[in-house]
Amino acid sequence: MQMEHVPSVCCFCGCGCGLYFHVSQGRITGVSPSRNHPVSKGNLCVKGWHSYESVYSPKRLTHPLVRKNGRLVQASWDEALSITVDAFKGVLSQHGGSAIGLLSSAKCTNEENYLLQKLARAVLKTNNIDHCARL
Amino acid sequence: MAGLATTFGSGAMTNSIEEISGSEVIFVIGSNTTEAHPQIARRIIKAVDNGATLIVADPRNTVLSEFAHIHLRLNPGTDIPLLNAMMRVILREGLIDDAFIEMRTENFNSLRNTLFAQDFEALVEITGIEPSLIERAARLYASAQKAVICYCLGITQHVCGTANVESIANLAMITGHVEQDYTGVNPLRGQSNVQGACDMGALPGVFPGYQSVSDEAIREKFSRAWRTKLPEAPGLTVMDMTHEGVKNGIRAMFIMGENPVLSDPDASRVEKNLGSLDFLAVSDIFLTETAQLADVVFPAASFAEKTGTLTNSERRVQLMRKAIEPVGECRTDMEIIMAISNRMDYPMDYEEPSEVMEEIALLTPIYGGIFHDRLEHTWGIQWPCPDRAHPGTPYLHKYSFARGRGLFVPASHLPPKELPDSDYPFLLITGRTYHHYHTGGMTRASEILSREEKEAFLEMNPKDAEKNSIRNGQMVKLRSRRGEITVRTKATNRVPEGVVYTSFHFVESPVNRLTNPERDPVAKCPEYKVCAVAIEPVS
Repeated sequence: MQMEHVPSVCCFCGCGCGLYFHVSQGRITGVSPSRNHPVSKGNLCVKGWHSYESVYSPKRLTHPLVRKNGRLVQASWDEALSITVDAFKGVLSQHGGSAIGLLSSAKCTNEENYLLQKLARAVLKTNNIDHCARL
Repeated sequence: MAGLATTFGSGAMTNSIEEISGSEVIFVIGSNTTEAHPQIARRIIKAVDNGATLIVADPRNTVLSEFAHIHLRLNPGTDIPLLNAMMRVILREGLIDDAFIEMRTENFNSLRNTLFAQDFEALVEITGIEPSLIERAARLYASAQKAVICYCLGITQHVCGTANVESIANLAMITGHVEQDYTGVNPLRGQSNVQGACDMGALPGVFPGYQSVSDEAIREKFSRAWRTKLPEAPGLTVMDMTHEGVKNGIRAMFIMGENPVLSDPDASRVEKNLGSLDFLAVSDIFLTETAQLADVVFPAASFAEKTGTLTNSERRVQLMRKAIEPVGECRTDMEIIMAISNRMDYPMDYEEPSEVMEEIALLTPIYGGIFHDRLEHTWGIQWPCPDRAHPGTPYLHKYSFARGRGLFVPASHLPPKELPDSDYPFLLITGRTYHHYHTGGMTRASEILSREEKEAFLEMNPKDAEKNSIRNGQMVKLRSRRGEITVRTKATNRVPEGVVYTSFHFVESPVNRLTNPERDPVAKCPEYKVCAVAIEPVS
């Protein structure tokens, strides 16, 4: 059976340990620390060793949800995106960008953070964007 | 991070993590390093094994304080008096680095005047520490050739958080302990990409690379690159949105991968505020307490299901690679943002995250030479990295501070906003534990991590437990002026009398219903570390 080792970075604290995901038939089966990484140097903490388990949690969201009659129900991507865009367009035209706020994430990538602040500033016309760094 | 930005000109770790193991004196203040940053704790303990001296300032006994040569067990919220007292000793004994102060810094006289205006005995008394311990710690730190300070949220999560950080910077600068390898001031970052989220301008006042939105030339540069007009006024900070958004005129919000209902102080107010928005969209990997309030929830891909870069605490930009396909219909946050933007008639057309990185490099001088192809076969690059040929920067401020001269900002004691009284006689400290992370969404999904620690506990001194007729392991009701929770007690000498401690990982004991939303005026960081509570046994 083929086992692939995909180099990546731990998702938890700011240490940024280098680790390998062991991937077999499209599924992560384990992790190991990278031996030469300047931070991890062959070592991971207990959170790192178990970092991939949350990926396969039965509690993962697997499809979009929208609120109908007070309850969140399964929806298509198209519907979820349309509702969101209509809501933002409505607020933007009636109240301007200062009525929209965005929270970015210290767990998302640099590219995603960059794009979200670009969405805020260039598209939604607001500087109301922040994340949990100050908390 | 505002404190270091003011004093040094850059709010990030000055050194690399590996350098800590080569230091002679390590001063850890406000960081439970073994539990929150295990790899950094490993370097500290390695340095101690190699003969380094370890000084730990923490009101609690921690694993690290057991390794310490000096444990400064200060009263919670008295960091400024401690640091000022240490500086008084250093001044008195002539241990300052005159040449460094003269050549690299400014405003020293003002610091000296402030320090001399404060009475040493009075400062020591506020901290509750034996004066000889403070004197020894000050001498050891000042006399070392290579000395680092590591601090974390025990310093910043106070109403005087910015002044705390500035005082740390003062201590480092009067002794010349910056601008070298193995020597500096190191804020330890709590999340995998909190440094990167700041670097990327997910902040209300700056574009990527800390370029101010109020600066016309900068705005013009971004405006040209993005081909659209950009807003001038700095935006609202996180709590202005999560606590008072509706009052501040916010009607619609998009929250990506955060759970403010559990993570922000005075959480019931967050719930109420977010609940009264006209529209809330949340993207997350789980149906978090925040997502449950949303009108639309997007299922996001997890970290193992996407490619992109993360910037760790030592400013190392690293490539995280997609290992598996997203589960179910999940999409990456990048795809979600692009889809929204495209439908808002602003086309975002990036084939790969690497193309986004090219745009970042173009507009962000500190990331100017960072591209995915350079990260593919390396362990990452530490910013500042201005161009493709630049190897990156292991430690900052060599030859000169990012702001030119280092600025001394003197500070005086500012007591916590809410201290124990007869109605709420205990002081509550909150923090992390080894097996869990933040609001628990990810770690509690792991069977093994949950087995190790399946519920929150309240550390309480055995004497306090006895006085209040509370047994070890008994459930108690914990009450503050803002709310109440129930939690299991653990009688332990880790906390001094009058102080209790718990973690914020568990929704069953949502401690942020109790915490005080009073904030530092500059950084807008709330005082998570100190609030007053009452404790009653639950029968």
